[in-house]
Amino acid sequence: MSVLLDQSTRVICQGFTGKQGSFHSEQMLAYGTNFVGGVTPGKGGQQHLDKPVFNSVGDAVREEGAEATVIFVPPRFAADAIIEAADAGLRLIVCITEGIPVLDMLRVKAQLKGSDAVLIGPNCPGIITPGAAKIGIMPAHIHQPGRVGVISRSGTLTYEAVDQLTRVGLGQSTCIGMGGDPIHGMDFIDALKLFEADEQTEGIVMIGEIGGSDEENAAEFIQAHVSKPVVAFIAGATAPKGKRMGHAGAIISGGKGTARAKFAALEAAGVAVEHNPTLLGQRMVALLGN
Amino acid sequence: MNIHEYQAKEVLRSFGVNVPRGHLAQSVGEAVAAADELAGSVWVVKAQIHAGGRGKAGGVRLCKSVDEVKAAAQALLGSVLVTKQTGPAGKEVGKLYVEEGLNIAHEFYLSLLVDREAEAVALVVSPAGGMDIEEVAATESEKIRTFPIRNIDAFEAAEIASFLGLQGDAAGQLNVLLRQLYQAFTEKDAAMLELNPLVLTVEGNLVALDAKFVADDNGLYRQPEIVAMRDLSEEDPREIEAAQYGLNYIQLDGNIGCMVNGAGLAMATMDMIQMKGAKPANFLDVGGGVTVPAVTEAFKLLFSDAQVKAVLVNIFGGIVRCDIIAQGLLEAIKTHPMNVPVVMRLVGTNEDAGRKLVKDAGLDVRWAENLDEAASMAVGAI
Repeated sequence: MSVLLDQSTRVICQGFTGKQGSFHSEQMLAYGTNFVGGVTPGKGGQQHLDKPVFNSVGDAVREEGAEATVIFVPPRFAADAIIEAADAGLRLIVCITEGIPVLDMLRVKAQLKGSDAVLIGPNCPGIITPGAAKIGIMPAHIHQPGRVGVISRSGTLTYEAVDQLTRVGLGQSTCIGMGGDPIHGMDFIDALKLFEADEQTEGIVMIGEIGGSDEENAAEFIQAHVSKPVVAFIAGATAPKGKRMGHAGAIISGGKGTARAKFAALEAAGVAVEHNPTLLGQRMVALLGN
Repeated sequence: MNIHEYQAKEVLRSFGVNVPRGHLAQSVGEAVAAADELAGSVWVVKAQIHAGGRGKAGGVRLCKSVDEVKAAAQALLGSVLVTKQTGPAGKEVGKLYVEEGLNIAHEFYLSLLVDREAEAVALVVSPAGGMDIEEVAATESEKIRTFPIRNIDAFEAAEIASFLGLQGDAAGQLNVLLRQLYQAFTEKDAAMLELNPLVLTVEGNLVALDAKFVADDNGLYRQPEIVAMRDLSEEDPREIEAAQYGLNYIQLDGNIGCMVNGAGLAMATMDMIQMKGAKPANFLDVGGGVTVPAVTEAFKLLFSDAQVKAVLVNIFGGIVRCDIIAQGLLEAIKTHPMNVPVVMRLVGTNEDAGRKLVKDAGLDVRWAENLDEAASMAVGAI
């Protein structure tokens, strides 16, 4: 098993015919994702990458039974694209778009309350179940089907962890990049719940960064509800206070959100914290064995 | 993006918020003219820089005559103000704001920001205004309260007024003010709006004595009026240059220059450098849509930084192609010679092509297999 995504999941792309949408849709198809078409308003009825184009998500649901979407539309239209996908009844919404105004995301989160849709992102690499399907922009070749679930706020740092897990032979069950924005969909706790319940997942790697308190909340949850070994790294131990480190959410403000506090909370919860990001794979081997 | 106090007050005034009368002055003559025009017997001359802590650093002068305004303007204009937030280098004062003085009865703290936990705009208030709010939070946390605002019609205005000790007409003024601030915050895509202090005057008026406005960079595309308020002289020239090429660059105080793709990996690279006993000279995320001109610019930024004694390149190519990074290096050295050791860790898409380009050019680059090794090599090279 895996979480949220497998080879049967029917996936569409919003912003299908754009440059990014086209490139990554092609990659997702090549990986074997059950990719059933895309949405570009005004281009409904056309074919793109040998797949149908629809005017709306609703049309894609009616005609192709779409269940999941990946969003590449520009920031100014992205919030509405997420809401459209949720309204059309999709159960999994992955938003890759970077640069969505934070007030737009507050509106999205308010609208999504009470909806069953799972939102991943925005400003994230997406989700991949190695060997089955991917929805996102991660380099597929570094992944390998396996035993460890990965949840992360960072993109390339996730690839770093994934690469290590592949090299040590553990592989990954599912990898989720939750994104670097302060207001986002799925968080650590949502993913930890899924990984804890998933039979294929034996261990969990979580990668956090400075800013906010998602990691502290996750630590509390792990202590109470997670029986599987967790290895954690927090990026930004050396970041200066008050400076936004690339990601909109990666900022230490009012003395809160430091890496030190997050490491301490996780350690107190019994998590195997690792201060050296090149040793995550080895640390997991030590906990799970080969 | 930050704007100046006088600009923040201009924004607030347009939403009906009560702010003191004042004028911008960029010369001593303008400061004197401003004081004359404002009339009265007390003025405040305030240095306009993008940093807090101005009062304690001597950047806010209370003046009881026009001559004192003139003397304050002479002392402040062109001076370098070092506050808690500027860093040791300080900031040069080029603009002053001359305001009417008020009879202050009480000072409060009030700010609006995006509360990540509550996923709502939140109001933070304290009856201990005019002080460093982080200090208040650390020592007298019971004096600060946070109210998430989920619905503008359900403002807990009465509760907030009572917490601040405001009654009668002042409580009514607070109710109006909160609505005005919330409207300003949401319509102008603010990330933070802070009044420290908000004052109650002896005459019973609630006035925003100081104002700070930080814009959400992601919302700037729809805020041309805020964008027009940008003061480039307040920003790091290297960061401005980098931003023009879509690079995310932040100057730091160490001596190992870094170039990385992705914000998380860039932070982790800085952390590794520190773990090995040195300090990064910068944060630099080249991003995902990397082009040769952008990478060229990134290398030029690192090579032209006198404090950089070694460069560490850490690329985990997914979308980013390693050969693009190599081409950028070859372009950059045409005008900016490679005078410091360069350690490269190139993994992922087109890594062989990238390495070959650099080797064929005969460049003395040190190759590392992983981030740990790369950090050790870079630290060992300084």
